[in-house]
Amino acid sequence: MTSRRTNTYIGAAIERFEDLRFLRGRGIYVDDVPHATTLHAAILRSSVAHGLIRVLDATEARRRPGVVAVITAAEIGPVPVIPIRLAAWPSLEPFVQPVIAADRVRFVGEPIAVVVADTAARAEDALEAIALEIEPLPVVADRDASAAGAILLFPGAASNRAITYEGRKGDAAAAFRSADYTRREHFSVQRHTAIHMEPRGIMAEWDRIWGRLTIWGASKVPYPNRKILAGQIGVDPALIDMIENDAGGGFGVRGEFYPEDFLIPFAARHVGRAVKWIEDRREHLIAANHAREVECTLEIACRRDGRILAFRGHARADLGAYVRTNGVMGPRNVAQILSGPYDVANIEMDVELLLTNKTPAGTYRAPGRFEADFFRERLIEMAARDLGIDRIAFRRMNLVPTTAMPYALATINPLESTTHCDSGDFRQTLDRCLAEFDWATKSRLSGADREGRRHGVAVSCYIEGGASGPREDARLILEPDGTLSVHVGSSSVGQGVETIFAQIAADALGVPIERLRSVRHGSTGLVTEGFGAYSSRSTVMGGSAVLDAAAKLEAQIRARAAARFGCAPDAVLLRDGTAIGPDLAAIDYAALAGDGLVADGTFLNERRTHSYGAHAAHVSVDPRTGHVAVHDYVAVEDVGRIINPETLHGQTVGAIVQGLGGALLEHLVYDGEGQLLTGSLADYLMPTASDFPVIRGVALEEHPSPVNPLGAKGAGEGGIIPVGGVIANAVADALAAEGVQPTALPLSPPRVWALVEAARNGRK
Amino acid sequence: MKPAPFDYAAPNSIEEAVALLARHDGAARPIAGGQSLMSVLAFRLAAPALLVDLGRIPGLDAITIGADGVTLGARVRWRDIEKDGRLSGAHPLLAAAIAHVAHYQIRNRGTVGGSLAHADPAAEMPGIAVVCGAEITIVGARGERTVAAGEFFTGALATVLDTDELIVAVRLPPWPAGRRWGFEEFARRRGDFALAGIAAFYDTDAAGRARDVRIGVIGATNRPCRLPAAEAALEGRIVDDTAIAAAAAATRASVDPPDDLHAPAAYRRALAATLLERALARARR
Repeated sequence: MTSRRTNTYIGAAIERFEDLRFLRGRGIYVDDVPHATTLHAAILRSSVAHGLIRVLDATEARRRPGVVAVITAAEIGPVPVIPIRLAAWPSLEPFVQPVIAADRVRFVGEPIAVVVADTAARAEDALEAIALEIEPLPVVADRDASAAGAILLFPGAASNRAITYEGRKGDAAAAFRSADYTRREHFSVQRHTAIHMEPRGIMAEWDRIWGRLTIWGASKVPYPNRKILAGQIGVDPALIDMIENDAGGGFGVRGEFYPEDFLIPFAARHVGRAVKWIEDRREHLIAANHAREVECTLEIACRRDGRILAFRGHARADLGAYVRTNGVMGPRNVAQILSGPYDVANIEMDVELLLTNKTPAGTYRAPGRFEADFFRERLIEMAARDLGIDRIAFRRMNLVPTTAMPYALATINPLESTTHCDSGDFRQTLDRCLAEFDWATKSRLSGADREGRRHGVAVSCYIEGGASGPREDARLILEPDGTLSVHVGSSSVGQGVETIFAQIAADALGVPIERLRSVRHGSTGLVTEGFGAYSSRSTVMGGSAVLDAAAKLEAQIRARAAARFGCAPDAVLLRDGTAIGPDLAAIDYAALAGDGLVADGTFLNERRTHSYGAHAAHVSVDPRTGHVAVHDYVAVEDVGRIINPETLHGQTVGAIVQGLGGALLEHLVYDGEGQLLTGSLADYLMPTASDFPVIRGVALEEHPSPVNPLGAKGAGEGGIIPVGGVIANAVADALAAEGVQPTALPLSPPRVWALVEAARNGRK
Repeated sequence: MKPAPFDYAAPNSIEEAVALLARHDGAARPIAGGQSLMSVLAFRLAAPALLVDLGRIPGLDAITIGADGVTLGARVRWRDIEKDGRLSGAHPLLAAAIAHVAHYQIRNRGTVGGSLAHADPAAEMPGIAVVCGAEITIVGARGERTVAAGEFFTGALATVLDTDELIVAVRLPPWPAGRRWGFEEFARRRGDFALAGIAAFYDTDAAGRARDVRIGVIGATNRPCRLPAAEAALEGRIVDDTAIAAAAAATRASVDPPDDLHAPAAYRRALAATLLERALARARR
């Protein structure tokens, strides 16, 4: 791909096309899709964490006013299971989730029946009329109980362990034997997850004449989900249309194939009408994927001068009751990216995935990376202190040098999965971060007491993987009126891809961006196949496919113009939507379009991008209440190439706020009976707009990625990755006099207070 | 998240409202701002047959300031208190405490009567009523009665209200000029229910000693209450660091919070003592 023109749109802060309709309340979310005759579904969910269904009788519910149908496993027949989409492996198969509980429930929130009625309220009324008796079984409440295996959750499996991933590189045992210094600590990250502003929702309609299913509310991975549904429900995938509507956030949670993604289409076919289900907040908290519950015993081995020789560790992830579509990815990533941006020659990291009677887990923005960075950055901070080495010097010394690119991370077995950092100068972002933060001045506050609050600072480095393969498709259409449409297989979950793809297409074709009439994404039928929005891939993969389609469309335009001008295609000049011949005659693209010109592009890529950066924070701690306040937060990231600085900045700030939620507030707490205690947003504490006002983000594009024609690197997740480690290290810095060493998140006031108390009592 | 079916009535008088409640014998619930009840209904934790909307009853939304103190009608909203410029002089503790209640939207709808009747142990209004020795006026099928706030709350989310009774007003006794006071609370996020809160006030005699000391706690007990031991530690003494330390020690010894989801008992006990120290430091400034 040669860059023939100066870009005018890529890199510019183009206002998002999406914003006008969102800000005017004209977005069309799935619940807004006009449909005059839709029915409404409500789902009966288990209130017992583990048990056998002894009685399930919907006779009375079927008689309730407005009820059209009640669907249980009996109506479905053989109950399909939800296959694993990412990193499937034979040992995982016994643990996949059925779309509805037939005789056994394994978590509070598991679907047991679906009521379809004329209103959502009447559907909920009828839920109460379903006779249900569940004989409780002993509950596997946590990882210890799961590993002990006294209670087996799946009769077909010999243990509650789904798999153990092994991250391997070099010879860790030998490195530990020869090390001057080693330290071992136990860390844990709490169960929490994404709470996107718009809950999940599905509307499905069955066309009995043509045998077609139409499904609104598709998101993230519509094409793979279509394939799954087609297999389960016995309909040709070509007869299923998945429609992507506006979406109020995804963060990895929205759009995976959940039980409802079968149940609602099934219900629509069962009753022969459109059926809609809109998740409520309580359902989201018990039924959508949870994430992040990983604990880790981690060891570091260093030379006396601070050079890291090895990491060795054992982690255990609480996966909840089933292995869902992407449930293994977070723990898997812990094994792979433990070393982050540091040059560590020897790694031995095992991650056990354990099943319990909790809501199943999946990916949440930067899966495994948030957790691993917390473990690693805490331990590095402790090691630097033990060795009497400045913590910045310690990090700088160990960062992967530019000369070592591409740099291999640990290989993950049994998948034999490898990945490389593609390019970059990790010291540059660290230095820039320190300068933006004014480390020289602020670090003088370390441990200072100001009116009873103790101040601390910290800085951490990280890498962010992006651009998951294998492929993405795009289609560019020159419409008869001379405008252009972009269709792409990447999905939108609210991140602004319409604007991004318009910028890329306008620059690639050298036309004013106003010519881009529509950018459509995600829905099946737009392109042959699509791979979706996850793993910071949409811009890189979809954008590169748009480039390919643009080159092909341009060749078609050039050929048509050449025929009109009677010259060679190379003699045609294309500028601003006009073809200019050798004699300076000009023809607008509209006059060349005929009935429309279509070009399909594709981008194949198995090599991931790694953007990277550093974050710094200044916090203060009230040791009497345990309250942590964030006074300044600076993020510097090199993303290879910035397509739109505004949308990128939005990604950065939003991700940091989510990270602060995970570091300080959010926690899905269960009791010993498998009951979720934080079942509403009164108890599950989200960051609010006023909680963390001081966040600064700087994006660089010094080191374009060599693995795609845009040079862009995925940038949707970087903001969240280092937050837990940075905040915990800043708290440790503030309370260094007491020797407080946080090893668990979230740093809630009672936890911080208890750490201070324990340190003081220990000293006495 | 859809409430179970219910009937709805919007009477024009207290008598009519009480009659409706009495006729339904516990199956009807009054509603004003709905800031507690609506979520209870949405979660189907309650399914009353009838909601009796108090919104059309005249005279319940007045804030009256007189020789007998500050009287708040049951339908006075947090926003009304916030906007009433007289209260910063007439009852500065009330104004300061109410500034901590929830968020903008909730403050525009939530009411004094609703908060008292809901009786959340961490809510500010019940705490202020108890520490100030307020009187709560109640009307029911058998007529009107007045209950001291200290006897009104019987436990978490529990009061002496009968199912046919409505709160019509709460009267806070007069607030003398020169009274020393402090209010401190700590919540996870701004506007959340407090993990603990302390209201403290006292008058001073000619020698500068504390008289009529009142200390109340919210959030750290199953209902708002006073802390007599902490009050005794200050009564008749100069409020200095030593006296404050003694009151804090008394607080730690006398507050007996439960362990719950958001904090262990030991934390709330220590927090109450810390907030007491801070409230008294504010009071003596």
